Amino acid sequence: MSVRYLLQRLGTLLLVLFGVSILTFSIIPLVPGSPARVTLGVQATDASVAALEHSMGLDRPLPVQYWSWVTGIVLHGDFGKSLISGKPITEQVRHRLPATLILAFTALLIGLLIAVPSGIVSALRPGSARDLAVSLMSQIGVSIPDFWLGILLILFFAQVLHWLPSSGYAPLSEGLGAYLRHILLPAATAGVISGSIMARFVRSAMMEVLGNDYVRTARAKGLDPRRVIGKHVLRNAAITIVTIVGLQMATLLSSVVVVEIIFAWPGLGSMALNATLQRDYPVLQASVLLFATSFAVINLLTDLSYVLLDPSLEYA
Amino acid sequence: MSGATVATAPDARDTEEATGRRSLVRRALRHPLVVTGSIIVLALAVVAVFGHWLAPFDPTAMDFTARFAPPSLAHPFGTDDFGRDVFSRVLYGAAVSFEVAFIAVGISGSVGVLLGLLAGFLGGWLDELIMRVMDVLFAFPAVLLAITVMAILGRGVGNAMIAIAIVYIPIFARVTRGAVISVRGREFVTAARAMGQGPWRIMLRHILPNALGPIIVQTSLSLAFAILAEAALSFFGLGTQPPAPSWGRMLSEGRSFLHQAPWMGIFPGLAIMASVLGFNLLGDGLRDVLDPRSNR
Repeated sequence: MSVRYLLQRLGTLLLVLFGVSILTFSIIPLVPGSPARVTLGVQATDASVAALEHSMGLDRPLPVQYWSWVTGIVLHGDFGKSLISGKPITEQVRHRLPATLILAFTALLIGLLIAVPSGIVSALRPGSARDLAVSLMSQIGVSIPDFWLGILLILFFAQVLHWLPSSGYAPLSEGLGAYLRHILLPAATAGVISGSIMARFVRSAMMEVLGNDYVRTARAKGLDPRRVIGKHVLRNAAITIVTIVGLQMATLLSSVVVVEIIFAWPGLGSMALNATLQRDYPVLQASVLLFATSFAVINLLTDLSYVLLDPSLEYA
Repeated sequence: MSGATVATAPDARDTEEATGRRSLVRRALRHPLVVTGSIIVLALAVVAVFGHWLAPFDPTAMDFTARFAPPSLAHPFGTDDFGRDVFSRVLYGAAVSFEVAFIAVGISGSVGVLLGLLAGFLGGWLDELIMRVMDVLFAFPAVLLAITVMAILGRGVGNAMIAIAIVYIPIFARVTRGAVISVRGREFVTAARAMGQGPWRIMLRHILPNALGPIIVQTSLSLAFAILAEAALSFFGLGTQPPAPSWGRMLSEGRSFLHQAPWMGIFPGLAIMASVLGFNLLGDGLRDVLDPRSNR
């Protein structure tokens, strides 16, 4: 990968992040009413609202407010204070960010565990009963609302069978068992959906590679079919699979937001909804900014990883 | 002489186009995904339009003597915590879902297609500007972007439409731009330019009709996502407000009584899934017929 390409992609990322920060910052100037009024309540006098606005710096020109907000985050990791609790948002973020990341990665892992084997099985025998079953599962997975699947899983595994807790989070410090029991249902909800979407793409990536001459040659020279799949097909389908994982992160992160809300998972997604319902705008800004930034960075990493896997794409 | 050429050429082309369109329609009508998807979507559209005639009960009428009644002949989907008929509420909910989805996708489609046309056809700095703004919007997870727009605009079904529309503008812009770029160098565009036609005329008369395939496919898929998004926003308490019967709202109300009355959560969920499945199947089938290259 050339340095020029890397710098160009980093430049685009910075531009997108700048746009993301402008949009996120605009939430407070755009909402009707003053954040100071949210903190003080509807009974507050105009004078006390004006005084609080002054101490919060809301009476300064917008570019000055933007600059101090963005430098606070970039230089000091300071997202400001919650309008409701008055506590620094960074404290909340410190607890919630790892919870969201763990949930997203576990969901992605479950998704891949579903998508790769079922994609392979269905690509090996196109048109077979197994292929049709995978297609059907995939269509249903794409169409099932994540919040509804979450509710059904809670109903079945938590309320009828009493096997797993219906909500909450247990950190690893409370033991692996408790941690796994809490993460399984939320991660499965997001994972099943992204897994069924990915299965379709894994299938077509595999089909494309299976049609290549070198696969036919490998088969013709009598290689063990498992070896052909593992050594020739999967390795070459990997580029597409990496791309799919990258593209899938958008759907996955959206699902994570929803799943966090359903399962009362203490992550950044549930933080965003609670902040919206309580009109705690600085907290909403923090959540939105972190999600969008992670997504933009994941996009860049996806692009870079497939250029690493197939250098000719750099010039495409 | 040249007048005669100009007069006959479009006729020949029109006939050719009409034949092409007929064969496309025939192929679409034979495609199993298009047929299955259309049947589901048409059935739900009938429910959405005529739901108020088909519903056996007033969807907001409460009957405290019949709370949590399980599915029966009188109440095929049971009743909820206020004794309201879940079947009637599901039928009425179709209208809300379809209305929000069609209006939201109508707005995002119009704006997105226009932006994609301008970016793809004119290129240059305008293309850069439009696509970078779309990249920024694309960086937000869909649900979170919708929640944020709702935080700014406030709750309610009208604002939910705007929020959903904003979320899908970048997708339409990208799809349209891609399709426009693939046709803008073709001979008929060069010919139109040589004949001195203005950019708007070329875009709307020559480029857009040839880029319609992917846009139609995207419209169907976006309708599926818009139904999901409306249900999600109403489920979170941001979209449709009580006592209006919306599928997402019903799911959120049914959630507290899951163990006691699972039908309160199961039937609205099935309705959402059926609609999303219908539009998805239709979109996938249309993609096979109209846009076979992007099949992978």
